[in-house]
Amino acid sequence: MKPGSIAIVGAAETTELGKIPGLSVLGLHADAALNAMQDMGIGPKDIDGVATAGISPTDLAHYLGITPTWADGTSVGGCSFMLHVRHAAAAINEGLCETVLITHGESGKSRIGSRGFGGGGGSSLAGQFEMPFGPMGPPTMFTIPVLRYMKDLGLTHEQLANVAVVQREWAAKHPRATFRDPITIDDVLNSRMIAYPFHLLQCCLVTDGGGALIMTSADRAKDFPTRPVYVVGSGESVETPMISQMADFTSSRAFRVSGKKAFEEAGISHSEVDHLMIYDAFAHLPIFGLEDLGFVKPGEAGEFIMDRHTAPGGKLPMNTNGGGLSYMHSGMYGMYALQESVRQMRGTSPAQVEGAKLSVCHGVGGMFGASGTIIMSNERP
Amino acid sequence: MADKFQAIPIPTPETQHFWDAAKVGELKLQRCTVCAHTYFPPRPFCPECASRDVEVYSASGKATLFSYVINHRAPKGWDAPYSIAVVALDEGPRMMTNIVDIEQTPEALELDMALEVCFEQVSDDIFLPKFRPAGGAL
Repeated sequence: MKPGSIAIVGAAETTELGKIPGLSVLGLHADAALNAMQDMGIGPKDIDGVATAGISPTDLAHYLGITPTWADGTSVGGCSFMLHVRHAAAAINEGLCETVLITHGESGKSRIGSRGFGGGGGSSLAGQFEMPFGPMGPPTMFTIPVLRYMKDLGLTHEQLANVAVVQREWAAKHPRATFRDPITIDDVLNSRMIAYPFHLLQCCLVTDGGGALIMTSADRAKDFPTRPVYVVGSGESVETPMISQMADFTSSRAFRVSGKKAFEEAGISHSEVDHLMIYDAFAHLPIFGLEDLGFVKPGEAGEFIMDRHTAPGGKLPMNTNGGGLSYMHSGMYGMYALQESVRQMRGTSPAQVEGAKLSVCHGVGGMFGASGTIIMSNERP
Repeated sequence: MADKFQAIPIPTPETQHFWDAAKVGELKLQRCTVCAHTYFPPRPFCPECASRDVEVYSASGKATLFSYVINHRAPKGWDAPYSIAVVALDEGPRMMTNIVDIEQTPEALELDMALEVCFEQVSDDIFLPKFRPAGGAL
């Protein structure tokens, strides 16, 4: 890091120490955070970066009412907070955020709301206020906002089904895609109902796999035989660990914050984008993504995809590996979206977009809980 | 008491008041006494202005159906299809629940329909807030 460039300006411990039977783990994080903010005279709205270990930065940000543009959940044991300080310094220097909150809280003695051995999931907020109502994983949770979106913005069942149809066209070009045979809107709507309004073919695959990326400085990139793919913009944010508490069921705040930051950093306009990846665990995600990233206005994405703008030959090729709906989905699909963006920028994708120079790769974490956006180019800015 | 696979909430000190009230058939919310913001789920400070000066109060129990899915893959002991819903409480906050005492179909479950809270016992101490059409069962 750059010595002397960053300072610690607020610091506090929990109000009590020792035995604290009145607070859960999350409560201890929040108590310390409120005290640290009071120490320097600021509030949660003044914080734009969060880092924590033991709980998720998403839990922390939502509980305190913070809208971050930077989140770090590095969890490597007791020294995690030293790493957070270092990562925060780099992030502030890079302009990813200005004011970072780093928290710790642990109910080591009282064991209240701690995850620890044997779980404790039932004492988390989601464990108390979502899990008791019979959800069967993401297909029954991530999908809950969609009926509200359909009523408010006019999306049809056919438009939602069509997302999977178009992506299958892209998958057909990829020898490694899991599903490559063409499908129709009727095929999608006649596939098994999973959680109304979602049918089987509107849900991602469940597969095994992995991926890796290696990064170095742009100056050093020329020492290697591969065509360099430059990171020209990035964004991130988190909103809520509970789908029921998402502020707007027709739009993801984490998507909007992350996308805006990435586009500003890259200094590009939407019309310059040659290739787009939007993490599609379910068929509505490309719709939310297209709108929240600003490619189309709210309510227009279903029609935009229907008009074949994101299909092979369209002006905005999207999810060109077939996406989580057809290519593969091991659980944390973001790595595969990044891999396809790299292939497109190297010019090596089986579904290559001719002459593509700029790729936007947008991911989701949890169920609209978190978001990350990476903009890549094969031309050094 | 429900005889089925059930994720049972484990109250924490910050949420105990909610579950204690549910046990006697009351739905509790919290409100900031500084900025008047009403919020859910429970926490001992205001997520809007960070004040620790907050109070617990009884909600009306009235809500509207905000969004939902109908799950067709039942866990053990649950009868599919059943709704997993988010309701908008009249006081503002939203919460996850099941819509009960009504046919579990897209035709019956109309968005924005008026609902009222009822409680379902799932353990000695835990009564889950569920919602049914306002005015009782149809």
